[in-house]
Amino acid sequence: MSSDASSQSGPPTLVPREKTTGLHVGEATPGCKKVDPIIVADNVRRSFGGVHAVDVDHVEIPRGAITALIGPNGAGKTTFFNLLTGFDTPDEGKWSFNDRSLAGVPAFKVARRGLVRTFQLTKALGLLTVLENMKLGATEQRGERFFTSLFPAAWRSQDKEIEERARELLVRFKLDAKVDDYAASLSGGQRKLLEMARALMSNPTLVMLDEPMAGVNPALTQSLLDHILDLKEQGMTVLFVEHDMHMVRHIADWVVVMAEGKIVAEGDPSTVMSDPAVIDAYLGAHQDVDLGVVTGRVAGDGADADASRHMIEEESNDELEREEKKR
Amino acid sequence: MDWGQIFNQSASSIISTTTIAYALAALGLGVHFGQAGLLNMGVAGFMAVGAYGYAISILTFGFPWWLAAIVALLAAVVFAMILGVPTLRLRGDYLAIVTIAAAEVLRLLLLTVAFEEVTGSADGLYGYSGDFQAANPIPDGEYGFGPWQFNQNELWPIVIGIVLLALAVLLVWAMMRSPWGRVLRGIREDEDAVRALGKNVFAYKMQALIIGGVIIAAGGIVYTLGSNASPGVYVTSLTFFVYTIVLLGGAATVFGPVLGAVIFWVLQFFLSNLMPALVDAGVLPFMTANQAGMVRFILVGVGLMLLVIFMPQGILGNKKEMTFVK
Ligand SMILES: Nc1ncnc2c1ncn2[C@@H]1O[C@H](COP(=O)(O)OP(=O)(O)OP(=O)(O)O)[C@@H](O)[C@H]1O
Ligand SMILES: [Mg+2]
Repeated sequence: MSSDASSQSGPPTLVPREKTTGLHVGEATPGCKKVDPIIVADNVRRSFGGVHAVDVDHVEIPRGAITALIGPNGAGKTTFFNLLTGFDTPDEGKWSFNDRSLAGVPAFKVARRGLVRTFQLTKALGLLTVLENMKLGATEQRGERFFTSLFPAAWRSQDKEIEERARELLVRFKLDAKVDDYAASLSGGQRKLLEMARALMSNPTLVMLDEPMAGVNPALTQSLLDHILDLKEQGMTVLFVEHDMHMVRHIADWVVVMAEGKIVAEGDPSTVMSDPAVIDAYLGAHQDVDLGVVTGRVAGDGADADASRHMIEEESNDELEREEKKR
Repeated sequence: MDWGQIFNQSASSIISTTTIAYALAALGLGVHFGQAGLLNMGVAGFMAVGAYGYAISILTFGFPWWLAAIVALLAAVVFAMILGVPTLRLRGDYLAIVTIAAAEVLRLLLLTVAFEEVTGSADGLYGYSGDFQAANPIPDGEYGFGPWQFNQNELWPIVIGIVLLALAVLLVWAMMRSPWGRVLRGIREDEDAVRALGKNVFAYKMQALIIGGVIIAAGGIVYTLGSNASPGVYVTSLTFFVYTIVLLGGAATVFGPVLGAVIFWVLQFFLSNLMPALVDAGVLPFMTANQAGMVRFILVGVGLMLLVIFMPQGILGNKKEMTFVK
């Protein structure tokens, strides 16, 4: 494996890692073609009653890169994840993974093809130990077939290997002290970590993470992001949903923006984040200003911050007035 | 009051076909409910399939007793598949509704006069144990000691029952320590999470339903081996007795259901002897001896409620689990 050197433990490399570029063909418009797409979705739509939760005309996810899916609350990101992984059925649409159609394929078969996802609302298996949770993630276990399960000789050695791998990953995820505890005894952030580690146990081709770092402390986030970058170097593709823009900026090679079910922008992180439409719909104009300055609790550095605070106040006043008028 | 007789009776129930039959049923339900989280409310139905499958195979088709037992177990496989195919894809509670309904339908089918020739209707089936007893290798005589005394005819079904129970315990133990059992327990906790890891959840639930169902049906066979099959036995309250046993011993354990069955029947016998004796002794002047005998069923209900509220993990269950029961 090419990344062996960098995945060795020791002080993290301070050299910023190269972002993967040259992923798309032509202009970076919503739904643009990719050089080597791993997922291609066409006309995927899902509505709940009157709400068009997902309404995607065309989108391609680049292979071998880290793609962030961002967008306001209720934009349809989780629903899109559910559709892609077979946990929900769209009203219409086609999508393929590794050039094979995934439409109508049940969730467990999607996972077996190498597309593994995690959930926004964490699903730790409470009354299984942390180690058992991890072992469950491994694929192609002989002991999971009914008849062979009765003969330990058939699966014991494989189970040992899986356990070793699980323990290594747990160290990485700082859960090694919890190995034999019930997953139900973990804290919220620890459960997120366990779910992500469990997904990685299957060595997926594409891992889809729904807000993986929500509730994870900053130091651990950094070390895990490092781990994700390692995995990318080993050839894994990552698609993740995240509201933490630092994380998006730090590790995403490509950003897809969703709003009201549609793909509204695509591009490399810096371009997308300076796109006025994205700022308007999602980021807000003041993402670089300290929150304390925005709320007026901290004196900003000079007129700049002051001005932006005024702007924010005016904007919110405007909005209030608009709301009033609607009534 | 004759305490000696009361204790003797209670102790004798430790080794009886009834206790063994309930232990098997509880073991099977433990696989369903404790391991896979399948809310099977049709335990009585599975037992009836075992009992009647066995009796009908002998009386109607003239099979030897061991072949009849195998046919009865295969019938349980079919019954499990009929229940599972439409319901295992749905949410858990639906399985409960369908299984309780299926068990009732089955009981009414056994009761209706339309099939009287085969099922014996309300009289049930009897007089089929000749072949079984003829196969008895135990020489004539009295065996055992203390409260446990059996002649060769009583001992034979008990031996078969204990062998079946031991095999079933071994099977369940082997399954549950394996990765297969791990997947099953994962499904109990959250089936979507297990699905996301590439496991065919439906297939696992079906396998669990079949294996548990076959073990429950084996209980039905043991219950009827040397005696008769009567539709009045396979009522819904039987299902609740088996649930009480499973919860008492520990649903998610291998030996809990067996221990639960023993405790349950010892208590039943103890109370059914004690209560009328108390009435006779004038301690319970407000009841007749008959009423007092029935009180034990009320006590079972109260016991089930107390168990679920205060000790849902059961006697052999892991205390740590309790902290996390929602
Ligand atoms: N099962 C459902 N039934 C009805 N409406 C739903 C359902 N699931 C999602 N929706 C609606 O679909 C829309 C998209 O929801 P989704 O969960 O995909 O948002 P999201 O982009 O993941 O948001 P967030 O960032 O808050 O997680 C929302 O308006 C939501 O109310
Ligand atoms: Mg979401």
